[in-house]
This record gives sequence, C-alpha cells and structure tokens, in this order.
Amino acid sequence: MNDVLLPLPYAVPLAGAALGLLLWRWQNALRLLGIGILAATVAAAIGVLAAVADHGVITTQVGGWPAPLGITLVADRLSALMLLVSSIVLLAILLYAVGQGVVGHSEAEPNFFYPAYLTLSAGVCLVFLTGDLFNLFVAFEVMLASSYVLLTLAPNPARMHAGMTYVVVSLTSSILFLTSVAVTYAATGTVNLADLSTRIADLPEGLRTALALMFLVVFGIKGAVAPLHLWLPDSYPAAITKITAVFAALLTKTAVYALIRTQTLLFPDGRTGTVLLVLAAATMLIGLLGALTQQDIHRVLSFALVGHIGYLVFGLALFSVAGLAGAILYLVHHIVVQATLFLVSDIMQDETGETSLERLGGLAGSSAFTAVLFFVPAMSLSGVPPLSGFVAKLALLQAGFGSGRTLGYAVAGVAVLAGLLTLIAMSRVWTLAFWRPRPPTPEPELPPEQEPGEEPGLSRPQRYSRGLVRGVTAGMVAFGLAVAVLAGPLTSWSLQAATDLLDRSAYQNAVREGSRP
Amino acid sequence: MSLVLVVVVGVLFGVGFHLLLQRSLIRIVVGFVLLGHGANLALLVAGGPAGAPPLLGRRGEGPMADPLPQAMALTAIVITFGVTAFLLALAYRSWLFLGEDEVQDDVEDRRIAAAEARREGYDEEDGG
Repeated sequence: MNDVLLPLPYAVPLAGAALGLLLWRWQNALRLLGIGILAATVAAAIGVLAAVADHGVITTQVGGWPAPLGITLVADRLSALMLLVSSIVLLAILLYAVGQGVVGHSEAEPNFFYPAYLTLSAGVCLVFLTGDLFNLFVAFEVMLASSYVLLTLAPNPARMHAGMTYVVVSLTSSILFLTSVAVTYAATGTVNLADLSTRIADLPEGLRTALALMFLVVFGIKGAVAPLHLWLPDSYPAAITKITAVFAALLTKTAVYALIRTQTLLFPDGRTGTVLLVLAAATMLIGLLGALTQQDIHRVLSFALVGHIGYLVFGLALFSVAGLAGAILYLVHHIVVQATLFLVSDIMQDETGETSLERLGGLAGSSAFTAVLFFVPAMSLSGVPPLSGFVAKLALLQAGFGSGRTLGYAVAGVAVLAGLLTLIAMSRVWTLAFWRPRPPTPEPELPPEQEPGEEPGLSRPQRYSRGLVRGVTAGMVAFGLAVAVLAGPLTSWSLQAATDLLDRSAYQNAVREGSRP
Repeated sequence: MSLVLVVVVGVLFGVGFHLLLQRSLIRIVVGFVLLGHGANLALLVAGGPAGAPPLLGRRGEGPMADPLPQAMALTAIVITFGVTAFLLALAYRSWLFLGEDEVQDDVEDRRIAAAEARREGYDEEDGG
C-alpha cells in the first residue's frame, strides 16, 4: 500500500501541472483542476499521516531499486505532519487566488499561474518525503524553479530587480548544495540518508564537521538564517502578495525542515549546536529589529519572518527532545500564521490601495472584519496566550531554560526579547493601520516605481468572488486557532516525532527493511 | 588525471564566483553557467577514477566506472540547463524594462539614502 500512497502527494500535483499546461485556454477548467488536485493532495497527506500513526515510519522504493541505489521515499512523524499542514495551506492560498481572480496575466498570454503553483506544491511535498540527498536537491530545484516563475509573474521593474536577486541567490545556494552532495558522495559513496547516517560515523572528525557546516550554509541561505538572510526582505515583498504568502509560509520552512533532517540524522552529536544557538539569537534580533524600522507592511512581515526563523533554529540547536518538539510545534504554528498575515495584508491593500504604514489608517472603522482577521494572527505571532504562538513559544522557552547550558539560557532570554519586539512591531502595524484616522494628504515618500509591493499600472481583472477571499482568510485564522485548541495532541505528536529524530533507529530500520526485496 | 580535474573544478568555481559578483547581468549568467559546470564536474570526480562502461551483460576490461554520480550529473546538467534558459529570459526582460544591463543598487540602501537626504533637508530648514 505504501508503494502507491507515498508517491501520491508528489505525483498528483505534478500530473495536475502537466494537465494545467494543456488546459491554459480554459480559465474555469484550470480553477477546478487546481482546487481538485490540491484537495486530492490534502487527502493523500491525510492518508500518509494515518499510515504513519498506525505503522510508524513508512518507506517505499520508487522503481523497485533497493535502498542505497534507488530513490527512497520515507515518511516519519515529522514529515507526515509537515506534509499535511503544508498541503492544507497550499489549498487555502489557491482558493484565495481563485477568489481574487488576479493571477497576474493578461487574456492574450498563457496563464502560467496554475501549472507553476502545482509544480511548486509537488516540490514542497517531495522535500518532505524524500529519503536521499540528491533527491532532496532535485525537490528543492523543482520547488525553486516554479517559484522563480511565480515571483516574476506580472513583471514590472521592481519585480524584475527582486526576481534577479532572488534567482541568483537561490541558484548560488543550489550550486553549493550540489557541491556538498558531491563531497558527501566522494567521502562515503552513498547519498541515501539512512545509509549515510551509519556510514558517516566512520569519517574523520574534521571531515564530518566540514560536511555539517556545508549543509548548514546551504540550508541557511535557503532558509534565511542570519547573516545569510539579506536576500529575503528585498525579494519576497515584490511578488504578488498571495504568492509572497506561499513563499513565506512554505519555502523557508522546507529549508528549515531539511536543516533539521540533515543535522539530526547525519550529525546526531550536535556538533553544530553552539554555532546554531548563536545564529538563532542573531537571526531573531536582526529580523525583528529590522521589522520595527520598516514602513511597508509587506517588508515588516518579511523581516518578522526572518526573525521567527531564529526560533526554529533555536529549537534545533538545543539537540534535545524538548527543543526539537518545540521547533516542530513552532513550524506548524508559523506556517499557518505567516500565510494568514500575508493574506490579510493583501485584503488591506485591496481595500485601500496602500501598503505603506505612513499612508494607511482608519481601517478599524471602515472594515471591522479585516481588523479582526489581522488582530488574531498578529497576536498569535507575538505569542499572546492562549493562541498557537504562545503554545509554541512556551515549548521552546521551556526547552531552552531546561537545557542546563549557559548559552541555552542566554538564547532563551533573547527569544523572550524577540517575542516582545514582535509584539511591538505588530502593535505598530495595528495602531497605524487600524486605529488612527487615515492621514488626509498622502505624501509619497519615494517615487512609486521604487515602492515594492505595489502594483502600478497593472490592469486589475475583476474580483471573482469577494466572499471566497474573506472566507478563506477567515478559515486560515480559524486554522490558526485550531492549532492552539489541538495543542495537546499536537504536542504529544511532536514529542514522539522529536524522540524518533534523535533516536534515528526507527528511520534507519524502516529504510533497511523496506529495501529488502 | 584526477588532480587535473580537481584543479579544473577549483578554477571553474573561482572564475564563476568572481563573475557572479559583477554588476552586469550577462556576466552573472555566465558566472552561474561556469559554477554549474564546476559542480557537475565535482560530481563526476566524486565517482572515482574512470573505468569500463557500467553496462549490464557487457563486462569490459578492468573495474567498471561508478554509474551513480554520472546519473546524478546528468540530472544536474538538465536542471542547470533549464535554469540558465530562464535566467537568460529574465536578464532579457530586465533589460527591456530598465534599458541597461546593470544590477541596480540594493533596495534598502536606496531607501536609507532617500530618508537621510530628506532628514538633512529638514535640518537645513530648521537652521534657516
């Protein structure tokens, strides 16, 4: 059964993307196709989660070649959970895009949004499922190649500039990734993760540290860990906002997932722990201090995104069950909440035509519903009880203060400070955009072509369904609340997932046994 | 033999990264192409020394070459090829929009510079 089930979350969106390219003339067919395909992906992800809950780690060998040589797909508790949350968020953002009807294309041009979006979904799912390093590289390339297309949809000068930055930085990290794979293969003769995890122990000490650091740099660039984060706030806000929502929710998180997977499975002694702790503190501070100085709401959110990557790295850096469980909880919380915030900011931009905090205002009076939609995820991101951000932050702080290391205490202290900075940044947006009266004479700070995130001169097709846009965003807010309500089962699931990550034997045995003919 | 390839990989990486840091878009594209070649060559070198073709049922002289890195290098070549085509299209589109081949200044830098210029303007007004 696993042979059919495990490739599904990857194969279904990819087949949908191929079909989408054929159907580009028929908008309604494309909409239905996209929704149907991603709903099927969610169903497949639920199936994977149920199978993992029943049998533990499940594996399959695509094409029937045995493990170290063939292509292995593996799902353990961490990947099954990430798969489910990601596919739900992917479906929600697609519904939002369908509702808004703006996909950045004119009638004469082929509509690449749906095929590119479905390919991106396939790549995201493959990152979570793959069991070997080279396939991980391919999965990232599938995901990133479609993200290049999505970022530069509806091109304007700001978007081309941002697109160039994004593409070149991503490509550089991909080349480094490929080189790391080559070095790993030269040293061990395998790229299968389970096989590597046993063989890498025979390598000399220095070489292992070098490999650990190479993977840290690769996924550090892709995941925007300071000081490798500089590309993110320059490129993400330039895309169409709902695409930024996908990027912010999932692309950096897949890199963090890959970081967690490689560091725990291949280097279980936590040799990078100290480096990661320092980087986590730096990422939190730089990201959130940056968020405080920004005027454009998309840039505020992008800097906050960088800052909150620091929390995830902090959980990993502790290399303890509690720390990893906290990181997993935080991943789930942050995927949902960050996507919701970008969607709400898109609604705000839709209502006012503005993204600059200097010119926004009075939204609480004009649209109370949007105010509620913004307030809940913003407070959740800041970690206000009883929302999901509080649950996840509490788990991380407990892990930090329970680590018994001075540096662990220090970074946990920084995490508390970062929570406060998030609260200030979010309150600033809240106060400026919602509470104060709208500034009467908008005075442009810069010429409009230098303002990323805006859409000058773009013909805006009619909104397809205003109700769907509001409904999906409200649904995402409710999903964020559900994460808090389900905190009990989620925590026990994450604890079990973290135990499996550090123990490694379940993963190794499953791949070994699965490869027997 | 192998040492020559290692040196070639090193040179490709060096030249590639140097070009990647230039301001002209087309140099960046060429830099990426060279980096891609370097990484693919590194994959091949990782497979060990050359040998007989690893074909089923046709056993040649001496040890066989390792086919796995070759398969990986082929996949990587396809990926870098596709991405290079996209990058060229992007560079061309960027040139259409901006009319020049130069990468602009950092967005944040320009914002800070503009804010600074405005503040100096205010200060002068206050002083006068």
